[in-house]
Amino acid sequence: MRHHLILRVVSKMLIPFIMLFGLYVQFHGDFGPGGGFQAGVIFAAAFILYALVFGDDQARKVVPDKALILLVPLGLLIYALTGFAGILLGGKFLDYDVLSSDPTHGQHLGILVIELGVGITVAAVMISIFRAYAGRTKAIDKEDW
Amino acid sequence: MTELFLDLTSAGLLAAGSIFVLIGAFGLIRLPDFYTRLHAAGITDTLGAELILLGLMFQAGLSLVTVKLILISLFIFFTSPTATHAVANAARVMGLKPMLIPDKDLENTEDR
Repeated sequence: MRHHLILRVVSKMLIPFIMLFGLYVQFHGDFGPGGGFQAGVIFAAAFILYALVFGDDQARKVVPDKALILLVPLGLLIYALTGFAGILLGGKFLDYDVLSSDPTHGQHLGILVIELGVGITVAAVMISIFRAYAGRTKAIDKEDW
Repeated sequence: MTELFLDLTSAGLLAAGSIFVLIGAFGLIRLPDFYTRLHAAGITDTLGAELILLGLMFQAGLSLVTVKLILISLFIFFTSPTATHAVANAARVMGLKPMLIPDKDLENTEDR
């Protein structure tokens, strides 16, 4: 593993910034380019980079499979519940205007919550897809590198 | 007067960056083997991109755009040499030998 030293140091340094940028894209999505899907992919890329450099086993300790199984439906649930909240508050499905007393503020809030749901699901699904490939075969032995 | 100075500095940096990128592109096509080509591509990534970003900073002045450009150049400064290193390392580990180095010089580098 010695010749991975540079990769490990640089990844360790960069992973927090990748996550921070993911959050920036997530919550800046209603003002500029970005949104839930892109943010989810960027956020998942941080975890995938961690898994690539430090190994799949180590990455499974950071985000266990059980957490992923919970996070995938959680995002979808946030999306759906926001939609039904519109109906319950007297509007249509996914009607943001009724979420707050002020329609503009309601739209702002609705998009923010929906994008959060999208982001959570996309990030969890991306990590799951990576896991499905990475965990397919036995890890390569040290001598075989 | 300051405007003119800033514009000239910016133009000079942009031109220098473009020349480095051009040299890198020529090197990528003209150089003989993987490692030398990687060397050319590395110059494009770091020196070319950094000079162009520096030129853009002089155009943007003291604003949020400059802060973003500084951050971008910082991340490029760290990531592209790392990526180049990773690719070269992977090629070396897989047994690809540099073309221009005689075999006797490679003997001591086998154990890493």
